[in-house]
Amino acid sequence: MLSKIRKHFILLFIPLVLFSCSANAQDQIKTGINMGAPLVLAVPDFKQANADPGNAPLISVFNDTLWYDLDNAGLFTMVAKSFYPSKTPGLPNEVTLNTWANPPISAVMLAFGNLGVSGGKVNVQGWLYDTKNPQYPQVLGKQYQEQASVENARHIAHEFANEIILKLGGIPGPTETKIYFISNRTGHKEVWSMDWDGANQQQVTHLGGIALSPRVSPDNSRIAFSDLGRDSWQIRMYSLDLGKMVSFPHFGGGNYSPAWSSDGTKIAFSSSMGTGFPEIYIADASGAGPRRLTTGKTDVSPVFNPRTNAQIAFVSGRTGLPQIYTMDTDGSNVQRMTDQGYAVSPAWSPNGLLLAFSWVRRYGPGIPGGADLYLMDIASRQIVQLTHDGGRNDFPSWSPDGRHIVFESTRSKTEQIWSVLADGTHLQQLTRTGRNTQPNWSAR
Amino acid sequence: MKNKHWAMILATLIMMMVISGCKKKTPPPPPPPPPKAPTATLSAEPNSIQPGQSATLTWSTENADDVTLDGNKVNTSGTQSVSPTQTTTYHLTAKGPGGSQDATAQVSVAQPTPTPTPAATPPPLTDQQVFEQAAQDIYFDYDKADLRPDSTQVLAKIAEVMKAHPNWKVQIEGNCDSRGSTEYNLALGERRAGSARQQLIQDGVSQDALKTISYGKEKPVCTQENEDCWQKNRHDHFTLVQ
Repeated sequence: MLSKIRKHFILLFIPLVLFSCSANAQDQIKTGINMGAPLVLAVPDFKQANADPGNAPLISVFNDTLWYDLDNAGLFTMVAKSFYPSKTPGLPNEVTLNTWANPPISAVMLAFGNLGVSGGKVNVQGWLYDTKNPQYPQVLGKQYQEQASVENARHIAHEFANEIILKLGGIPGPTETKIYFISNRTGHKEVWSMDWDGANQQQVTHLGGIALSPRVSPDNSRIAFSDLGRDSWQIRMYSLDLGKMVSFPHFGGGNYSPAWSSDGTKIAFSSSMGTGFPEIYIADASGAGPRRLTTGKTDVSPVFNPRTNAQIAFVSGRTGLPQIYTMDTDGSNVQRMTDQGYAVSPAWSPNGLLLAFSWVRRYGPGIPGGADLYLMDIASRQIVQLTHDGGRNDFPSWSPDGRHIVFESTRSKTEQIWSVLADGTHLQQLTRTGRNTQPNWSAR
Repeated sequence: MKNKHWAMILATLIMMMVISGCKKKTPPPPPPPPPKAPTATLSAEPNSIQPGQSATLTWSTENADDVTLDGNKVNTSGTQSVSPTQTTTYHLTAKGPGGSQDATAQVSVAQPTPTPTPAATPPPLTDQQVFEQAAQDIYFDYDKADLRPDSTQVLAKIAEVMKAHPNWKVQIEGNCDSRGSTEYNLALGERRAGSARQQLIQDGVSQDALKTISYGKEKPVCTQENEDCWQKNRHDHFTLVQ
């Protein structure tokens, strides 16, 4: 029964993602893509354009990054490199298209190119070829130049991969996005950032308190989070533009779990400022004019429907164990979404149709523990289980393309950040140092 | 032959002189025998007394003409009554031409039972100590914020001591165990602190004297994954903020 729902769900889900996107989707797909069936893609290593000794470290990072990005994009089946011919192309005149189109490779698309360092700059040329179109194979032809560095080689790979994903998938991929999270590796819980593939982990805040629940603004200018300073939990704001903390109003009681509306104008959060019990509040993005929306007395973890900004999902313990609820942004029309167990951490998909959340479905003493991630189709209330492998899985956060979910899991013994495709495949561990929790995917 | 004859007589005379020279000296008259060494004995009877009682020292000496008992000249033999207030060792010294001899005797005196000193008034407890005696942690059931019966008793004690110190300010800290979600546990911790606060206000404590804060599961007192530790973490803790 569940597997049937799952099959229907996946077939329903991916086309929903592809169809519900904005207008720039329609003319990108040059060759037919079966709804739900991934494109077979061949990506031989880029060749060195010259004999510069600086090429080696850059080209190796470039190739690894490009492969990871395309393999985990949720769109492609990658043909293993062991099938490729010993001589692979670095330039268009080196391509013999039928090698790639025919068995055993049988690729539909071929990405190839070259990288070379000269004069302190790294130059990359990349192409995407349609193997079934020998007359006019070129789908993409790109050229990049940056200061020669490993970081820039990585960055170019992410850019090129994103071009391919946009071209073939219709919407930008996640390859140039950031994930914000909490890490205790310095001895204090602070806000950190990393690339979508877990590379480039950087400490953002240096407050020495306890920082929780980071949420980056939709325009990537600021990160809101909750921090225990001297004597109370407050919503704090870090400016990514300025590289420092900026002011945000101080409220009474404890203030937790901030969330942005997708237009960046409003913040919802949990606060005990009014009644001494945590309730959902909404305020301007500046923190002005906070208004209480709920009366559940243990209400926390609000999240806006990013499609409409007219609804908020949240967690309430008003009936005992925490359950997921939705309501309108004026507090009316409260709907209970889960009916049992221990349900927390709702995350609304970018297309507004799905809620991801963390659930201990059967709950009580003697029941084996562990929380798993689930996806709920809001309209039909159908639920699909996303994780199964044990541990506590919590704090799902959607990628902006709606194909990926990043989350916190204890499956490797300590709390770490993992990513997964929304169909449950391509699990990747992103962090390994210290304890890492509460990831939040940037909106672009 | 006259020379030989005189030589023989001379040789004999010389020999006699030499021989007489090798003979032992005549021993001198024996010296008079050395004087005998003095002897001395000293005893105490009884040798153990209660304070205020007396004992009798008895001594005798031989071959002594100068006998002292603890520095005082005494007869060569005799007795003396003594009443020491504490255990004392007496010394007899007997001197004579033959030398000197000491003797000792001890009289033990039982110590009186000391008068018990009156119990000292303990120094007054600080506010912190008075508070800590009353303000034990209170504990909660899993996922619950309601007060257990024993918790209401603890809170009643806290209320009493707070009403006796109206200038006090107390922070109530709500905590959760390590299971469950970070954000929900912050809310649950608030509920737990709030329950205690409500009860204290009902018991007559002023609202202004109370502050609540939740630590969720961020400040565990132990980290084992078992019910014993989880129970310890599901608690309110009280601190005097002054």
